[in-house]
Amino acid sequence: MSTTLADELRAVLSPDRVRTGATELGLYARDASNIEGSAGIVCFPLTTAEVQACVRAAARHGVPFVARGSGTGLAGGATPLDHALVIALTKMDAVLSVDPVNRFAWVEPGVLNLDLTRHVTRHGMHFAPDPSSQQSCSIGGNVANNSGGPHCLSDGVTAAHILALEVVLSDGTIVELGGEQPEPSGLDLRGAFVGSEGMFGIATKVCVRLTQNAPAVRTMLMDFSSVEAGAQTVSAIIADGMVPAALEMMDQLCVQAVEAYIHAGLPVDAAAVLLVEVAGLPHGLEADVARIVEIGMAHGAGTVRIAQDEAERALLWKGRKTAFGAIARIKPNYYLHDTVVPRRKLPEVLRKVYEIVERHQLLVLNVFHAGDGNLHPLLVFDKREPGVMERVHAAGEEIVRASVEAGGVLSGEHGIGLEKRDFMPLMFGPADLAAQASMRHAFDPLGLANPFKVLPSPAACGDVQHVPEGAWV
Amino acid sequence: MIDLVQFAAQVGNVGEVTITGLGTRGGAASGVRCVHAPAGIEWVQPDEMIVSCGAGTPVDELVATLAEHRQTVALPAGGTVGGALVVGRADVRRLGYGPVRDVLLQARYISAAGEVVKAGGPTVKNVSGFDLCRLLVGSHGTLGFLGDVILRTRPLPQASKWFTRQVVDPFEVFTKLYKPTSVLWNGSQAWALLEGHPADVAEQAAAAGLTETAGPPALPAGSRRSVSPATLTSLTGDFVAEVGVGVVHHADTWPPLAAGERSAALSAAVRHEFDPGGRLNPGTDV
Repeated sequence: MSTTLADELRAVLSPDRVRTGATELGLYARDASNIEGSAGIVCFPLTTAEVQACVRAAARHGVPFVARGSGTGLAGGATPLDHALVIALTKMDAVLSVDPVNRFAWVEPGVLNLDLTRHVTRHGMHFAPDPSSQQSCSIGGNVANNSGGPHCLSDGVTAAHILALEVVLSDGTIVELGGEQPEPSGLDLRGAFVGSEGMFGIATKVCVRLTQNAPAVRTMLMDFSSVEAGAQTVSAIIADGMVPAALEMMDQLCVQAVEAYIHAGLPVDAAAVLLVEVAGLPHGLEADVARIVEIGMAHGAGTVRIAQDEAERALLWKGRKTAFGAIARIKPNYYLHDTVVPRRKLPEVLRKVYEIVERHQLLVLNVFHAGDGNLHPLLVFDKREPGVMERVHAAGEEIVRASVEAGGVLSGEHGIGLEKRDFMPLMFGPADLAAQASMRHAFDPLGLANPFKVLPSPAACGDVQHVPEGAWV
Repeated sequence: MIDLVQFAAQVGNVGEVTITGLGTRGGAASGVRCVHAPAGIEWVQPDEMIVSCGAGTPVDELVATLAEHRQTVALPAGGTVGGALVVGRADVRRLGYGPVRDVLLQARYISAAGEVVKAGGPTVKNVSGFDLCRLLVGSHGTLGFLGDVILRTRPLPQASKWFTRQVVDPFEVFTKLYKPTSVLWNGSQAWALLEGHPADVAEQAAAAGLTETAGPPALPAGSRRSVSPATLTSLTGDFVAEVGVGVVHHADTWPPLAAGERSAALSAAVRHEFDPGGRLNPGTDV
């Protein structure tokens, strides 16, 4: 059947943009997670009409399709199952228009996050969501996953920055959701689509809200002799009525790995380091900096380092954003988790994370969006070690459970995908899951858009559940 | 957690039913059995910047309680929290505070089947499952009746002042300001709400040539139009427009904007999934 679908696609696109070679199918069999699937065909449409043609062909053959951007997702959301058709949007990468006065832009889904910001920087604006993968992740992927990033603390995640979408539904219908206008009639289908992990259709054009660059920015680093003191400082800053632009935390093992990698003079003896950035108008900024330093000192901060120039600020951020690269010095493999807990529970849950990891004889680095309570425990290991994957998965499950038990949620920004699909019942009952399944059914009654993700059986309307290799569910 | 069992029993699972709060935003569908959502603030967690309350809680009561913690919530004044959410129309501070849809973190609602259903989660950052909360905001009670909600709050600014200036081109003011809370324009005069550190507010106002004024202009009540903010300068007549947003308060009446045929069909499909019998707020257009 796949051969026929491939022939049909070659007739619609061009033969060089429909690939079925084993090497390419292998490359597209997974995203940045550890979960391996199987791609049947990979195609590269250039226009909305071509996406529509691909989707219609897939529907005619009853073959599921998976939209894919840069493949940087960490939850298996873009991992194709059962030889699905992978529709790669990477060649649809044009910035279509920018309104620098009203601060919005229309872009194609394959535009990279940081490229968009670079494109509009001459207008004194940027696209606010800034995932750590922002150099390589696409806007379409950001929409599908409702992506976050360090600066989402004050500016909100992707959903707050999407005004409108052009979407191809699984039956090939093209529909515009939302609009440049603030109060489109009908339900907020735009809002429903953002974060739907490719299961509601394929976004082919995106209208993004752009954010003014701050007139002034101050970035500072504070170190603490305990993780608890750092975490309590985070809560105290927010409770004081400030919302910094970013409020990030790294623990000792992480700081040491990063310092060995970038030599930024980071305090390697500290148990925890807070990276705090405030942005805005000068008077409010200086008042906030003074107050944050005061709060940090009251919680036992050892030293406070305020970046003196843009180069030093860039260096401090480089430390934060290259943390995942730096860990290669410790162990060859890592598994990155993503849960959210109430800020006040950070000390307690972090304590549990260390205890869980120790019990499973693993190593953990913590580098995370503390201001949002968004934990990113990074388990590092060598997968050649016998039995280690079982321990990694067992520890991961315990961390997820501990987070939800503390009043948190399953995922803050990576999504559910395949990775956490079967944990959904930790947060949602059968009626809650059925309501989410109803949303999907309204958008995709055929069930062909990226099936078997997010919703566990039986909420997924009787879909046979697949647990591919690498999944830890 | 507020007990929603009784509210669920009132909504039931058969027969047409409508809901109303304080009746300030249109009230109940006529000729249909009417229910009321539970009221009351469950808790305030200022250090998490969240609050939990019954959907029947008056917005003004919630705002007064949050003010004790030097916080507020980006909902329009008057009526109930549930009403403000399901109508989904922000007040003139939308430019700075964001739309109503960004306020709702978690909702428990009564479905057409009479069940308590939870959408979203209690943290500001959350991508666990599909974003049902965003669908509920602006749904006019056609997908379910809100029982209780968790909302995100925001710190109250140190200073908050309205300014004005006679100006033909509103963007002469708009582009000179950094993240103003509101910029309004009526064709010949602009108003701006500036918030933050008092010295910043004063400097911003001076830079944009603004002088302090008592408050915003009265908003013409003939119609509320939604247009691309890029088209504002072509407006005529007696109006006050929200610059950078695109909401226009006009003295003339104006037919409500029709949704595109395909998105209307999709909205109808969602409604059908959630309420196949059309029993919730029958006859309500979304």
